[in-house]
Amino acid sequence: MSAIVEWGPFCTGDWKDYLGYVPRYGWIGDNCHHGEREVYELKSGTRRSPLRRWGQLSSRVPCLFISFLLALLGAETTGAQTPDPEKPVPILSGSAGYFTNVTGGQAQLNPKTSPVLLLPIGDRWLIESRGEFEGDFRRTGGTGAYAGPVNKHLDYFELDYIANRYLTVTTGRFLTPFGIFNERLYPIWIRSLQPDPLIFPIATGSSDGAMLRGGFRLDAKANMNYAAYVSVTSIGLGGVESQRLAGGRVGFFLPGPRIEAGASWQKLLQDERSNAFGFHFAWQPVRLPLNLRSEYARSFQGSGYWIEGAYRLTQVSFWQKAMRHMEIAARAQQFFIGQISYNDAQQYGLPGVSTREGDLGLNYYLHDGLKVAASYGRQFSSDGNLNLWTVGLAYRFAFPLGRLGAQ
Amino acid sequence: MKATILAIVWSVLVLVSLGAAATPPGKNANTVAAIVTNNDNADTMRVQGELRFRTNCGRCHAAPHKFPPRMMATIVRHMRVRATITDEDMRLVLFYMTQ
Repeated sequence: MSAIVEWGPFCTGDWKDYLGYVPRYGWIGDNCHHGEREVYELKSGTRRSPLRRWGQLSSRVPCLFISFLLALLGAETTGAQTPDPEKPVPILSGSAGYFTNVTGGQAQLNPKTSPVLLLPIGDRWLIESRGEFEGDFRRTGGTGAYAGPVNKHLDYFELDYIANRYLTVTTGRFLTPFGIFNERLYPIWIRSLQPDPLIFPIATGSSDGAMLRGGFRLDAKANMNYAAYVSVTSIGLGGVESQRLAGGRVGFFLPGPRIEAGASWQKLLQDERSNAFGFHFAWQPVRLPLNLRSEYARSFQGSGYWIEGAYRLTQVSFWQKAMRHMEIAARAQQFFIGQISYNDAQQYGLPGVSTREGDLGLNYYLHDGLKVAASYGRQFSSDGNLNLWTVGLAYRFAFPLGRLGAQ
Repeated sequence: MKATILAIVWSVLVLVSLGAAATPPGKNANTVAAIVTNNDNADTMRVQGELRFRTNCGRCHAAPHKFPPRMMATIVRHMRVRATITDEDMRLVLFYMTQ
């Protein structure tokens, strides 16, 4: 008996071509007359935006989006939808963690959870949402019980439509695609160092509107990805902040050397109507379990950069049982204050003065979704130098919200 | 200004959606199919899938364990949107992760 995989013709005029999932796979006997033994068919495959007021949402906006959705539905119905027992199942995923931070001698207990709901619909649609609940418990005056608020935030609640291999259309509330940290590295189970980069609040957060995005192969050596978006609301309500803005990001990834570079731009369509731009770079050397990442951002609020390296100790020759679960990480970063006051900067979540910081961390992966993380950082600024300690646990969970069917 | 931007965005989106519906799927040549047809070998697909998995997924996070196929199909769709992974890479990653 041999295993033969047969890939169905993606291009025979049905939906399989651009759904993004494995077309047809089967285990077939040496003699095809024996029939298929098993067939799979998997088809189709910050939170700190500083706005302070409700904006006026034009009545034309919902009309335009309703028209657009109707157009999409019209497009969808033109493609046949094949019933399939191996449809994607809704998932409740996310992360949970508990961290103790000591900043300048003041301890803070920081439990947090970020549930993610993934609801696939049909072959091309996906509703996804992420909330964040984060406790900020401190001792008042350095004594007594830890107490404080639990901050709640809706990071995204979006409807994605995979139009074709080049384009995904997103509407709703989405993470603002500026740089790589906000969209890809933010979850606590992913990030190598738990403290946010100093420049993280610049041009990130969440936006309400529409976005076009996608990634495709340029040639055998390069992929390109892009995102272009418009945010049409200005909301200052805690937990669902947003600003009116437009922007885009373009990136190139070279799969051979595993190098990624890109640029982001954003235009604020309210208040200062300022521009922000940024660059990102990432490199994963093929021969080393090393992950290098960096970002630069500049806006009227300030500018700065961070450079981070994370090295997994899988190649260490001693104590391999323990070492292969371990990762060391280091980050250097700098922030330069822009054209805003000390208080405004702090409202944005930025340092009130120009600041330098170095961080060193250690992660121990108990398994791929559970890690113990610890880090030490030293911050230098005219406000005074600080030690930053963090220790805690991060866990990623994923549960199906439906029957998984035959395995 | 806002109306202009919205009008442009709307026009692009509608054209794209209609284009997606009107495009004969046969015109989208699929490199994965070519790879598999040429090699006709599940091992090749697995190797390619693992390579794409390590190249793409490892850019952000540690390698996760394999989930059941129906969960993987959802996760892959999510990651395709979130990380702007190419269609071809996602097909191979899904194949690898559901073996």
